[in-house]
Amino acid sequence: MRPGARRRFDEMRSGAADLFPRWREEHGLEIYVDVPAAEAAGLARRLVEEGCRVAAAFAEDRTEAQGCFPRYYVFEHAEDSRYLLLRAPVAPEEPAFASLAAGIPAVNWAEREIQDWFGLVAEGHPNPRRVALHDNWPDVNPLRKNFPIETVLPPFEGERHIYRPTLGEGVLQIPVGPIHAGIIEPGHFNFSVAGEPILYLQLRMFYVHKGIEKRFEQLPARHGVYLAESISGDSSVSHGAAFCQAIEAAAGIDIPERARGMRTILLELERIYNHAADIGAIANDVGFVVANAHGSRLREAILALNEELTGSRLSRGMICPGGVRWDWGREQEVRIEEVLARWEPDFSSLMEMIESSDSTRDRLERTGTLTRKQARDLGVCGVAGRASGIDCDVRRDHPYAAYGGVEFRVPVYEEGDVLRRVQVRVEEVRQSIGIVRSVAGALERGPYRAPLPPLPPDRCALGAVEGWRGEILHWIRTGADGRLERCKIKDPSLNNWPALVEAVQGNIIADFPVINKSFNLSYSGTDR
Amino acid sequence: MFKILKKSLQTGLVTIDYPRRSPAVSERFRGAPRIDFARWGDARGAAERCPTGAIAIEDGEGVRRVKLDYGLCIFCSQCAEDEPGGAVRITQEFELAARHREALVTTAEYTLEADGTHRELRSVSEGAGEETALGEEMRRRIHGMLGRSLAIRQVDAGSCNGCEVEIGALNNPVYDVERLGIQFVASPRHADMLLVTGPVTRNMELALRKAYAAAPEPKVVVAVGACGISGGIFGRNYATAGAVSDVLPVDVFIPGCPPRPLALLQGILLAVGRMEEKCRAR
Ligand code: SF4
Repeated sequence: MRPGARRRFDEMRSGAADLFPRWREEHGLEIYVDVPAAEAAGLARRLVEEGCRVAAAFAEDRTEAQGCFPRYYVFEHAEDSRYLLLRAPVAPEEPAFASLAAGIPAVNWAEREIQDWFGLVAEGHPNPRRVALHDNWPDVNPLRKNFPIETVLPPFEGERHIYRPTLGEGVLQIPVGPIHAGIIEPGHFNFSVAGEPILYLQLRMFYVHKGIEKRFEQLPARHGVYLAESISGDSSVSHGAAFCQAIEAAAGIDIPERARGMRTILLELERIYNHAADIGAIANDVGFVVANAHGSRLREAILALNEELTGSRLSRGMICPGGVRWDWGREQEVRIEEVLARWEPDFSSLMEMIESSDSTRDRLERTGTLTRKQARDLGVCGVAGRASGIDCDVRRDHPYAAYGGVEFRVPVYEEGDVLRRVQVRVEEVRQSIGIVRSVAGALERGPYRAPLPPLPPDRCALGAVEGWRGEILHWIRTGADGRLERCKIKDPSLNNWPALVEAVQGNIIADFPVINKSFNLSYSGTDR
Repeated sequence: MFKILKKSLQTGLVTIDYPRRSPAVSERFRGAPRIDFARWGDARGAAERCPTGAIAIEDGEGVRRVKLDYGLCIFCSQCAEDEPGGAVRITQEFELAARHREALVTTAEYTLEADGTHRELRSVSEGAGEETALGEEMRRRIHGMLGRSLAIRQVDAGSCNGCEVEIGALNNPVYDVERLGIQFVASPRHADMLLVTGPVTRNMELALRKAYAAAPEPKVVVAVGACGISGGIFGRNYATAGAVSDVLPVDVFIPGCPPRPLALLQGILLAVGRMEEKCRAR
């Protein structure tokens, strides 16, 4: 439970004003703190000691306008409703910065991404190898402004990734992927095993990197929402909403009440269909096939409802900057309740069936444990975080859409195993049904879309959404002619992949699929 | 055990009968945009609103060429929104799969006016329609053919996973494609068909080629979704190699963003026809 007064960052500042020389609050959601390059590391460490979670780290190319590459560390605190963005410049003449990853493991991947995409060296990084560009790529820095997006890179001939050797009698490495068995996204897993137990897992992601952040800089901002919906298809609504929230903040508009309610309903339906399918799929991975059939049927029912409500089964094209594109009549509103009235008992009896299976519980309990400390160090968020004692949920902590006005419970467990990741989902489905009902019940007729004025140039804004996996952030800087200078996307998968590495250690390899499924991270959201 | 049985009985039969019967689509469903070219006075608005370039204009000396490409379309309906005169309309058509890329493209030619509008439709070449709809005869033939089984290896060569959501849905009890003998297999070595989503990223290009090489002959390749067909909203950039057909020979293209499960099924069935031809040719 997060307490009432939500201004913890102010307290930190009042105790040490000199640490926060330049402080600017924007949109009620962001605090920008500018510091000289040399002071970034110290302040970041201090914020982490104060209990902040690092939500993201990124950079932008402002060499033309400001003569530097600003880099950002985004902090979040349980007792503050804003995000603090610590910003420090990197000089183009000396394209390097002091890495924080040794002390703050949560920024490990993010700093390497900055290194790969901007060519800024993360000095002192404990593992400075490439992450976002594969090893066989030439030396390019695609997010620099002087790199044209349409560049056609020559066939890759460089060295492919060399996995760290694991030595010892009877130890062997099992390579899996990038194409996996089943209808799943691609990535490469390299397991080191000694007999059954997994000693070490090395991940290679970014197989589906498709230049999305760069592409945002090319499209007119009004088309950006379609790209946002294609960051991770199973989170179309969440990413679409996060993007629109950032645009709306930059444009300085509020969206109508009705649009807030409608967005909330669509966001929760997205959570419901994904959670229900995951619960079935997790049961399936320990041999409970019937549960999967029911889970996928329950997902289907919500996808069909989405189509009735928005014209698209993934609710694509419904949310737009300013609100939503089409209104609902009585007919649609009634359908929501009709479908849920049948869906809820259906889900409950599925859960009864799963919960009465001791063998299922036995396989899920104490499997794939992620401790609270590991989760905190890695900046894990969302479902995986809450199952490991990390009590955060953007809906409650940084309310958007209609969440400020509804009551719901955020389930948190300590054990951090597969069972708890299932239980978080189960409880969230129930809470989501409650949210949908209460918001739908309170929907009042009225405007559903506010006109969007031309985007003013050079505005920074953040959009934050609790997607079904966890915290989604879209940070934008507007440019000239209604375009975007920069759009940084953080999918929760990026925070949570490194946690999978920890969670599988010591488990038998046969349990990997179910552990992986219990995280169910997005490859596309990670790779962008 | 008793609970499992009870739940199955309570659930009853949920599977649909496609392709024999097609269930109704919901009223608000947004399918293919159709353009009444003869009545259309100005293509510029729609082209500007279209986020992917599915509607694109090419102006020359007194001529305007307008292209509508279902292979690029993400079915957002922006083109129809606020279109004066109502010449652009969103239909509920979704069975759009075709065996040729060109079949997804319609081109119209107009006389270009000095003020940027156009008049006098000179010609329309309708790519679509040729084979997009599954004729009754086709349905029956395919259905008969599917007496044997079809093994599909799905390859995500770069998608956003939206297509995977819908491809995964084919296995749910409502669509239950196993009833048609369609099976998703783990190895390309067991596959008759590669069902590929895109855009093909530079990092997946090699894996995709290898999967193709591993599948035994005869085989068919199906490109799924706007991104698989054309690169979609991502287009071709430093990180993508573009469409599936830029990397492999493609037998069937299934438009959609993502295609609904029945759109996928229609495309898969169309590819079965192609497979049948390939078998006969051997
Ligand atoms: S529906 Fe298709 S053609 Fe129309 S605007 Fe959207 S992408 Fe373009």
